[in-house]
Parts: sequence; structure tokens; C-alpha cells
Amino acid sequence: MSTVNSSRFDSAIGWSTRSDAWVSRGIRFLFSALAVILFCGPLLVIFSGAFDHNPDPTQLSIVPDNPSLINFQVAAENKIWHYLMNSLIIAGGALLLQLAVSVFAAYALARKKFRGQAIALLVILATMMLPEEVIAIPLSLVIGDLPLVHVSLKGTLLGVILPLGAWGFSIFVMTEFMKEIPGELEEAAKVDGAGELRLFAQIILPLCKPALGVIAVFGFNMIWEQYLLPLIVAADPSDYTLTVALLALRSDDMVGTGIVLAGALLALVPSLVVYLSLQKSFLRGITTGAIKG
Amino acid sequence: MTSVQSLGETRDVGSTASGGGAVETHPVRRRRRRRLTGATFIPWLFLLPAALIFLVFKFIPMAEGIRLSLFEVRPFLGDIFVGFRNYATILQDEKFLTASWHTLVLAGGQTIGAMVIGFFLALLLEGHTKSLWFVRSAVFLPVVAATAVIGEIWRLFFYPAPEGFLNELISWVGLGPWEYIHSTDTSLVSVMFVGIWKHAPYDMVLILAGLAGIDRQQYEAAAIDGASTPQRIWNVTLPALRPVITILLTLAAIRGLRVFTEVYVLTGGGPAGSTDVWMTRVYTTAFEQSEAGLASAGSVLLFLVTLVLTVSVQWYRRRREAR
Repeated sequence: MSTVNSSRFDSAIGWSTRSDAWVSRGIRFLFSALAVILFCGPLLVIFSGAFDHNPDPTQLSIVPDNPSLINFQVAAENKIWHYLMNSLIIAGGALLLQLAVSVFAAYALARKKFRGQAIALLVILATMMLPEEVIAIPLSLVIGDLPLVHVSLKGTLLGVILPLGAWGFSIFVMTEFMKEIPGELEEAAKVDGAGELRLFAQIILPLCKPALGVIAVFGFNMIWEQYLLPLIVAADPSDYTLTVALLALRSDDMVGTGIVLAGALLALVPSLVVYLSLQKSFLRGITTGAIKG
Repeated sequence: MTSVQSLGETRDVGSTASGGGAVETHPVRRRRRRRLTGATFIPWLFLLPAALIFLVFKFIPMAEGIRLSLFEVRPFLGDIFVGFRNYATILQDEKFLTASWHTLVLAGGQTIGAMVIGFFLALLLEGHTKSLWFVRSAVFLPVVAATAVIGEIWRLFFYPAPEGFLNELISWVGLGPWEYIHSTDTSLVSVMFVGIWKHAPYDMVLILAGLAGIDRQQYEAAAIDGASTPQRIWNVTLPALRPVITILLTLAAIRGLRVFTEVYVLTGGGPAGSTDVWMTRVYTTAFEQSEAGLASAGSVLLFLVTLVLTVSVQWYRRRREAR
């Protein structure tokens, strides 16, 4: 009897998956459709608006009325590709740096025993409890005059990339993952006379691919979401990232809704591409990251 | 009796034997430990890049922020030490007080709203079929889209004229037209709504993970006891989700207190300061009024509040787990 009914208890609500359970399946289909419209609809409107010739804020729709590429042509005159390039360089540079820094730090924290290890972990934890917004103002001063070397990174892409180069979350996820790798592999390699770097690059790193996926997709998302940092590092509007430039574009009376939406679309597409290609890593990271953090 | 004794004896013998073994292996272990401490700089070499970046871009700014908060900052003229006067000024400032009230309302509303919607989404979309997986992926998209992008599209939806997108929609059910972010009465709720929309799917994913961990037999047992579906959810599902809900509440509350981009993009704090939150106020103070000292004091206060919140929740969680 329990085998017949067991599908009833596959979910908290007790949705039936039997093909003759029309009511249950119908209700679920209806609400699912509603959820997709509610949460995806607004993003689809960005797509249609970007390709619509002169969309009016009063006449937005899922399908463009008058499809054309004119918005992108006008947007190009407003340096939209320049902003996109800024965003992409920052995302690429900061992500590579972040991955390298996290993997190095995690290797030490997970695979080594040394004095001060607990303190190192504590310090990294402290950076995670320190909201980026809180240090924004002094950070803008530090970026304008780096300690010791006295170089100004204001108005440079490097000024955005470097502060994003180390992220406590990635280090932690990577450390937790590396701890799971059995020690025998390392022992064997050491017996064979492998040096520290070879051990790291040829034994440990190749085993970390799944975790690299997780921290890559999270890192990208965190970098692409940055708003306050590029805003305070910028010396003039040409230093803006695409997301920051959207507001400047909108405030310009000569720029129409369609152009802003074209920019919004260009800022949306990279996030979608990264998410859809590394989706499994992303969802796994949310659950492990939240519970660990 | 004798057999038990002999059992005890053999166990004793065994333990001494293993103890002897430990003594014998000790030198080996000690040698290995010495080798590790001998190469103690190697771990630090691997940690160096992270340490350097954190030092320059996190800890020095933090220290600098605390220092600045005690000064009246005057570019080119030299700073004047003012003690805690900046803090006193902020805590008496009408605009900062309003902003802190807005921040609390916004953080609370978004946190609870996103969790309730996320919970219902999770109940709706729990399951293993391919189509459900597809719907979940689609619903999750607002989380990955950048806040600035989301702000632009919602600003258009909030177009205040009767022909505006949302006003058109709500007129079908006989409501509106509303002015959303353009009226001081509805602006904060509108910003809250966008926040709930963006964060609810995130909560959904975590609640789904919690739902997956619930023992199916409990549902079955509840059903045999004659519990209805709402009773089952109330008495079995919700208690089992308590750890997940605690985590979500903490994360969301801290995120809510730091809110900046959503407000800055949607309303910039307006109209007439009706959506001004703590961080937009700090930003205005620092970059538009050039009062770096005051703004730093505001930042430090925000940090202290989030710190107290995080630590007390952690402490509370530890104590519960210990029990």
C-alpha cells in the first residue's frame, strides 16, 4: 500500500505525479507558469525593448513592435561598447586573480599544518564579516594613494580589479573542498620526490575542478554585481563599468529608453551565459556556502 | 564471571600493547612534525597574495576609516581631531535617523517577504522531474541579473502615468493608477517589492535544500495520523526547516542593513528622502557634501551594528546546538 502512495510524499505539499491526477497537475502547472512569467517576464521585456524601435515606457511588451538594431547603433555613439569593454576587462582580470589567490591560500590552509594557521583563518573570516560598503569611503582614499608605494589607481581598471582579487568566500569554499582530498596522493608524490609547486600544480589542482567551477561562477557574479567600487574608483564617466553607466545614460535626456535597455541587455547577457553554463556549480555553491558561512 | 574477567584482561593487554606501539612510533611522528615546522615559510608564501590584498584593500581602509571618523577632514588644510563629535552629530542628525528607520523597515520587509515568497516557491517547485528543474532555473534568473539592470527595468515598469506598464496591469483588477517610486507614500514599498522579487528565488534554493533533507516517513506518519496538508506543513515541514530559516534570516538581515545599489539605482534616495537608507546617506555625505569624517563615522556605526548582529546570532546558534 505504501508503495502505491509513496509518490504522494515526495514533496511537502504532496503533489501527485500520477498521470490521472488532473487537478493536482493542473494547479501545479498553472502556478508554475505564473511564477515563470513573474520572475522571467521582466527580463524578457529588456530583450524586446532593446530591439524595439523607440520603445515607449508605456508600451513595453514581450515581443518588440517594430524590431530593429537602431538602439544598439545609437548606444554605440554613447560609448556603450567602451563601457562593456571596461566591465569585461574588470570581470576577466579580477576573476583570474581571485581564482589564483583563492587556490593558493586554500592550499596552505587545507593541506599544511603550520603555526598561526588558526589566526590566518580567523583573519579571513574577519574580512567576510566586514561589509564592502563600510570601507568604501576610506578605500577610495587608499586607491587614490596606495600605502608605501604612493601610486594612485584612481580612474584605472586596476583600481577595481585589485580590491576584488581576494575574496574570503572563495578561499573558504576552496579550503573546505581541498580538505576532502585524501593525503595518500601527496605522500606518494613526495616519496617520488615531487617539489612543492609540482605537488600543488599536478596533484592537488587537477582534483579541484568542481570547486573551481563553484568559485568561478560565484566570483563572476560578485564582480559583475559591483557597483559602489567602480563608482568610487572612476575619475570621470569614461571609467564607468556598464552597470554604472546605465544610470548616467538614463539621466541623459538625449538618450531614449531603448538605448538604456540596449545597455541593460548587454549587461544582462554575460550573467545569463555564465549562470546557464555553470548552473549546477552555482546551485551547489549556494547551499554549501550559506551553511558554512 | 571468569569469562568476563578474562575478556577484561585481554582488553587490558590489548590496550597496553597498543600503548607500547604508540611509544614506539613516537619518534617517527616527531620527526615528521619537525619537517613540517622546518618548512614553515612555505604555507605563508602561498597565503601571501591573499594577505597582501586583504591588508591593503580591507584592513588599512578599515583602520583609516576608524581614524577618519575621529577627525574633521579638511582637504589641503589639515584634519582636526574632534574625538567622538562626528558620532554625536550623526546620531542627532534628522536625516540619518530617518535613513536608519527606512533601512530597518526595508531590511525587515525584504527579508520576511523574500522568505515567505521563497517558501511558497519551494513548496510549488519541489520535485525531481525535468520540467520542474527547468522552471526552477527560470525562476532563479533575477538572482543572477545585476541589481543595476534590474533597477532599470523596474523603473520603467513603475512609470507613474495611467498608461504605465504596471498601472495598465493593475487597472485590469480595478486598482491604481499608482505612482510607485515617484510618490513619497509608496516609494519605500516599491523598492521593497523589487528587493523581494530579486531575493525570493535565492531563498527558494536554500529552502529546497532544506526540504530535500526532511525524512519522507515523517510525512507518511503524519498522513496516517490523519493530518491535513496544511497541518502537515505546519507541524512537520516548518519545524524541520528551522535551521535553514535561521541562516536565511541572518544573511538577509545583514545584507538588508547594507543595502545601497538597489536604492541608489531605483530612486537615489528620493523623492524627498523618502527612500534614503543608511548607505545612500553615507554616500551623499562623503561624495556630495565632502564630509569624509562624518561619513566614516556613519560607516563605522553600520559596521558595529552588523557585527553585533552577526556575533549574537552565531552565539545564539552555538548555544542552541550545544543544548
